[in-house]
Amino acid sequence: MAEPMLQIHEPGETPIPHAGTETAAVGIDLGTTNSVVAIRGDGHTEVLRDGDGRSLVPSVVAYAADGSAVVGELARRLLLDRPDAVVTSVKRLMGRGVEDVKSLAGTLPFEVEPAADGGMVRLKVAGHSLTPVEISAEILKALKERAEDHLGRTVDRAVVTVPAYFDDAARTATKDAARLAGLDVLRLVNEPTAAALAYGLDEGAEGLYVVYDLGGGTFDISLLRMEKGVFQVLATGGDSALGGDDFDHAVAEHFLAERAASLGESSLSSAEVKMALMSARLAKECLTKQDAGEWSLDADGTQTMHRLDRATLEALIAPLVERTVKLCDGVLEDAGVTAADVKGVVLVGGSTRVPLVRRRVAEVFGQEPLSGINPDEVVADGAALQAEALTRGSDTLLLDVTPLSLGIETMGGLVEKIIPRNTPVPVAKAQEFTTFQDGQTAMSIHVLQGERELADQCRSLAHFELHGIPAMTAGAARIRVAFAVDADGLLTVSAHEDTTGIEQHVAVKPSYGLTEDEMSTMLYDSMKHAAEDMARRLITESRVEAERALGAVAAAVAADGDLLEADERARIGDAMTAVRSAAAGDDRDAIDAAVMSLEEITRPFAERRMDRGVRRALAGHRVEEFDGGPDQDADRGQE
Amino acid sequence: MEKGNQVAQIRRATAPPGEARPAACWSCQGPVAGTEPFCPTCTAVQPPAPVDHFIRLGLAVEFDVDETVLDRRYFDLQRQLHPDRFATRTPRERTLSQQQAVALNDAYETLKDPLRRADYLVHLKGSGVLPEGCHLVNDTALLTESMELREALADADTVEQVDGLERRARQDIADCIEQISVLFGDGDLEGACRLTTRLKYLRKLAEETRVRRAQIGPGV
Repeated sequence: MAEPMLQIHEPGETPIPHAGTETAAVGIDLGTTNSVVAIRGDGHTEVLRDGDGRSLVPSVVAYAADGSAVVGELARRLLLDRPDAVVTSVKRLMGRGVEDVKSLAGTLPFEVEPAADGGMVRLKVAGHSLTPVEISAEILKALKERAEDHLGRTVDRAVVTVPAYFDDAARTATKDAARLAGLDVLRLVNEPTAAALAYGLDEGAEGLYVVYDLGGGTFDISLLRMEKGVFQVLATGGDSALGGDDFDHAVAEHFLAERAASLGESSLSSAEVKMALMSARLAKECLTKQDAGEWSLDADGTQTMHRLDRATLEALIAPLVERTVKLCDGVLEDAGVTAADVKGVVLVGGSTRVPLVRRRVAEVFGQEPLSGINPDEVVADGAALQAEALTRGSDTLLLDVTPLSLGIETMGGLVEKIIPRNTPVPVAKAQEFTTFQDGQTAMSIHVLQGERELADQCRSLAHFELHGIPAMTAGAARIRVAFAVDADGLLTVSAHEDTTGIEQHVAVKPSYGLTEDEMSTMLYDSMKHAAEDMARRLITESRVEAERALGAVAAAVAADGDLLEADERARIGDAMTAVRSAAAGDDRDAIDAAVMSLEEITRPFAERRMDRGVRRALAGHRVEEFDGGPDQDADRGQE
Repeated sequence: MEKGNQVAQIRRATAPPGEARPAACWSCQGPVAGTEPFCPTCTAVQPPAPVDHFIRLGLAVEFDVDETVLDRRYFDLQRQLHPDRFATRTPRERTLSQQQAVALNDAYETLKDPLRRADYLVHLKGSGVLPEGCHLVNDTALLTESMELREALADADTVEQVDGLERRARQDIADCIEQISVLFGDGDLEGACRLTTRLKYLRKLAEETRVRRAQIGPGV
């Protein structure tokens, strides 16, 4: 290992090998229908497979009476025998409220618990009441285990992909699910962006590319500019409730209508709906290859047979496909480009296997779409690449945008947009609002996401109240509402009254999220090692901080060592050794104490360095008359 | 040497805050010039400097911006400062990198778009020079033009008519940007300000053609 005292680093470089790198970081595509886990190593991506060579883990969870869960292929097989104990397509409920599900439940195979409006939806599964977050966590745990079995070491960090069009509530829910599964989310990456990363690096693509991502339950369309390792998203659009599942529904409804025509109306149990959907899905999949076929439907103890040909299938799903086409047009318009400017179209997601989808995409963009990488694996591939980039550094850079506008409700139920859609993240923006009544001392702040002008047509993310505004005439108070969206696409809102300095700060953990209390209860309930896990995370944090402090002092000594007397230098050296040996142990308090004492010991040295820095800066201004400008780095070559 | 001191004083008065007197690096406590994103000694990321968008991206403070150069500067800086580069660092470094990336995105978004760039430059150069409310509607000719165009759009009932109006609006936008560039070049801030207001109207109109086209619908 190189002697840290002598190292000179470029900005952004990790000074010392990182303390947390013994555990592995994976890329996870958490899909509606299937999920995939991949890892990067030795310059290539490995998609992790089961004993039978299958990379896809069906996003299906089966629960036993004792609450234990089975995930994947096995759970899918249980779907026929124990439909009441099996959950599919749970991703569609991430970040959704009971109100949302009410409108979907007519067609969705979920048993929703009757609950008060406004909270996170709960499902009734095998006698248990479960949130979508808990169910998704089971899928993530299964993927984590698959990776750990494969690698033979702990996997505790992941890049998890989400649909680009996921709103804040759904993103938060996904991050919570990962936490429950014992995974630290390095970054939430948008699925089309991950696909572009995998594709672009593989093919060396340059120019404008469209990623058309039609999965089981979500549709995303992203327009990216790829250039020398930079993946810049210019615009994104989509529908977080449009996917192959909806094709299945259309087919199932067709079958059920045929059945009703011959047998009369019958009410189906949610288990029978699930089975009808399975037949429909089978029909859809078969018709990608063959022209026609016949499928059976079992319900109420009678079986009916249904014939379907490809032309009829296409007529059934055409309205859905046209919705995606319209969204494509919208994204091109948003970015101010035309289809002719697009150099390539990448297809992602299993539903892009449907011939009608391929045909329409080819027509819209006037070119055959690219499909060099398996559309089921390309997202996980990109996620693994990004996990590597985040933990081990990289030359590539993903620059993503907010998919939906963010704003707050103002007078008359209107929405004032604060951050428009397609703004690059991270972003922070503030807007001033004022009171509208004399003597008004509180203000309700309603945070919204969406493109519509009326608040009740946008998604409500959070409500909070700013109290203690001094009574003034209407319009006199100055309330500054600040929105910040981080690189995960997660929003934080704060409000500030200027004349009094009253401040309120909320991480938007909102209407459809879990509260911090619910989250810690779940963590406690579901993880036997929750405490150990937390302790490990805290000690990792302390080690990272120790490493930072060591690097800083080493660099300072290397640059300004001439300011140190021998004994002071020795004392600093001892303090550094103490930090190093503390960091090698597992006592977090000892590490923190050693770091503090190092900082204490180096304080006089720091003061002398500042004095010299100031003198040099002033000298620089006198020198500039002769040399043409101050050069901050002029003295760096001395050491 | 006396003359030299004078130069230094003038420089200090006009230089961005913090350039003359270095700040202390939060990590190694050493001196960092105010505009530097990284500590020259220990390489720790620093808080974003309070400089204008042009300086942040290393561009001259003028209306004409070479988009290729703008993109290159933005990408180069984001490569170093984006939170993805700090995912495994200390919470403080992650926060600072996010602040830096936010400042870069703000600068880039403002300078990339001619309308926002013009608006920003008017405010940057015009503060204290231009009268308050320069952007309020007090230009009858402009108001009339805008009303006529809106009426024409409301009356348009075929996609072809809307397309025609959009083409005209786009051409006007291009012309307007060219004129703004000339006015900024001549140092005519008031003129640039007036045309920036016009550009806003034209832009709004072009956006509304999109809405109108959607209302009329395809196949009419």
